[in-house]
Amino acid sequence: MQSVARSQSTAGPGAPASSDKTLIYRQSRWTRLTHWLWAISLFFMLLSGLQIFNARPQLYIGKQSGFEYNNTVFAIGAENTDAGPRGYTEVFGKRFDTTGVLGWSGPAGNETARGFPSWATIPSYYDLGTARVVHFFFAWILTTTLLVWLVASLVNGHLRRDLAPRLDDLKRLPRDIVDHAKLRFHHTREYNTLQKMAYGGVLFVLLPLMIVTGLAMSPSMNSVLPFLNDLLGGRQTARTIHFTVMLLLVAFFVIHMLMILAAGPINELRSIITGWYRTDPPVHEDKTAQRSA
Amino acid sequence: MAKFQISRRKFLTAASLGASGIMLSGCDAFDSQLSIGGGLRGFLENANGLTYHAQRLLAGRDALAPEFTEADIRQPQRPNGVTAPDDDVYKGLLANNFADWRLEVSGLVKKPLSLSREQLMNMPSRTQITRHDCVEGWSCIAKWTGTPLSLVLDQAVVKPQARYVMFHCLDTIDRSLSGDIKYYGTIDLIDARHPQTILAYGLNGKPLPVENGAPLRVRVERQLGYKMPKYLYKIELVDGFANIGGGRGGYWEDNGYDWYGGI
Repeated sequence: MQSVARSQSTAGPGAPASSDKTLIYRQSRWTRLTHWLWAISLFFMLLSGLQIFNARPQLYIGKQSGFEYNNTVFAIGAENTDAGPRGYTEVFGKRFDTTGVLGWSGPAGNETARGFPSWATIPSYYDLGTARVVHFFFAWILTTTLLVWLVASLVNGHLRRDLAPRLDDLKRLPRDIVDHAKLRFHHTREYNTLQKMAYGGVLFVLLPLMIVTGLAMSPSMNSVLPFLNDLLGGRQTARTIHFTVMLLLVAFFVIHMLMILAAGPINELRSIITGWYRTDPPVHEDKTAQRSA
Repeated sequence: MAKFQISRRKFLTAASLGASGIMLSGCDAFDSQLSIGGGLRGFLENANGLTYHAQRLLAGRDALAPEFTEADIRQPQRPNGVTAPDDDVYKGLLANNFADWRLEVSGLVKKPLSLSREQLMNMPSRTQITRHDCVEGWSCIAKWTGTPLSLVLDQAVVKPQARYVMFHCLDTIDRSLSGDIKYYGTIDLIDARHPQTILAYGLNGKPLPVENGAPLRVRVERQLGYKMPKYLYKIELVDGFANIGGGRGGYWEDNGYDWYGGI
C-alpha cells in the first residue's frame, strides 16, 4: 500500500477530494503527455506510411529491388481475370485474393488499382509527396517524444519502478498468461508481467527499430552511418523490416484496445488522461493483495 | 464525485465519437488541409527544413554515399520518369548521336561555357558503383562514369552570390495550359561540389542509354532519384528559384515533393 501513500504526496490540483483509498495516482503527467503524443503521431505515421508504401507495393530482401531477378517477399497488386479485375496479396510467393481491400478497391463501380485502400491512407487519393511531408513531420514528433519520455522516466522513476523487469515477473508469467486468457484482470498500481513485456517491447524494441530502419532508408543518412544497412541486410531489407514492425505495432494497438475494453475502459482511460486509477479493494488472502504487497 | 465522473464520461464519449467519426469518414478528412499552399501543410513542411539542417550537420560536405562492388550489379539500371523524350530537339540531337549537343554552363558564373560531349569526356572522370534510391521505395545498383560537377564549376568560376545549381533538361515531362513543361531541378552548392556528384555519360561500362538520360545526367548520390535530372543541356548558377516554375525548385518539387531529397 506504499503506492497510496505516494499518491497522496504527489496529488496534483486535479486530485479528487476523496478519502477513497482505492483511487491512486498512477500515471505521471510525463507518461500521459507522451502517451497521447505517440497515439497521435503513430496514427498519422501509419496512414501516411501506407500511402508511401502504395507507391511501390512490394517488399524485397537485400541491397536492391530485384527487377531482373526475384527477391520479392511481399507484394500487393491487381490483375485482369475473366471475372474482371481482382486485387491480390502475395506473401513469400503465395497468392491470396484480397479484392475490395488490398490491390483493387474503391466505391462500387469506381474501383482502382491501389495497394492499401483509400480509407487507410493519408491523403485518401494517391499523393506520395504529401504523404512524405506528413510522415517525416510526425517522425520528428515521435522520436522527440521517445527521448523526452526516456529522460523523464529515468528521472521520475517510472522506468525503474514500473517497467524494469524483476525476477518476480518471470515467476508470475504463467499465472499472468492464464489470467489474461480468462480475461481476469487485477487492478493494481504495478504493471503485470505481460504488460511490462508489451510496453517495454514497444518502447525499447519496436519504436527504436522503426527509427533505425527509417534512417537506414535515407540516402543521406547512409553516408553518415554506412554500416547501418550492412547490419540490417541492405536498404531493401531495412524497408521490409520497417513494414513488418508496422504490422507488429498495429497488432499491439489492437490488443491494447481489447485489453482496455476488457479491463474497464473508463478506469483505464481516466488513468491515462488524469493519472488517477481505481485499484481493486484489498481482499484478505487474495492474489491481488499478494501482488501489490 | 458523481458530477466529476459524469462529465468525465461525457468527455470520453465525445472524444471517442470524434475519433470514430474521423475513422468512418475515411482519411479524406485531412485532404483539403494538405494541398500545396494549405496552412496545415505549410506548417508540416517545416519539418523538411529541420531534416535538411540535421542531415547537413551530420553528413557535412564530404561524407560519401556507400559504394558497392561489381558483384552487386545484378541487373540493368531501372529507368524511370521520361524514358524516350518525344521532343523534336532531342530527337534531332539523338539522330546525330549527340555530335551537335552542347552543355551550356551559364548564370552566375564569370566564364560561361559551352562543352561538347568529347570535351567533357576528356576531363578527369570518376567511376562509382552506387545504389539509386527512387522516392517510390525501390533501389537499383549500377556503375556510373562521369565528370565531377565541381571541375565544371571551377572551370566556369562560380560567382560568390550563386547559391544553387539549376539543371535544365531536354525532355518534356508534363503539359500545361501555358505550354510544355521540361524537367528541371536544383541542388545546393554543397551537393554540387560533393566528390560523388558527377555529370554521368557512362553506365555499367557503356555509353549512357537513352532511357537513363543520354547524353548526360546528374548523379547526386546522397539524395533520391528525382534530384538527378536526365537529358541535360544547361547548367545555370542561380541565387534562388522562387520565380522559376512553381517556385519550389524543381518539377517534382512543384508537384508537392520536398526540395531536399536526402530522406
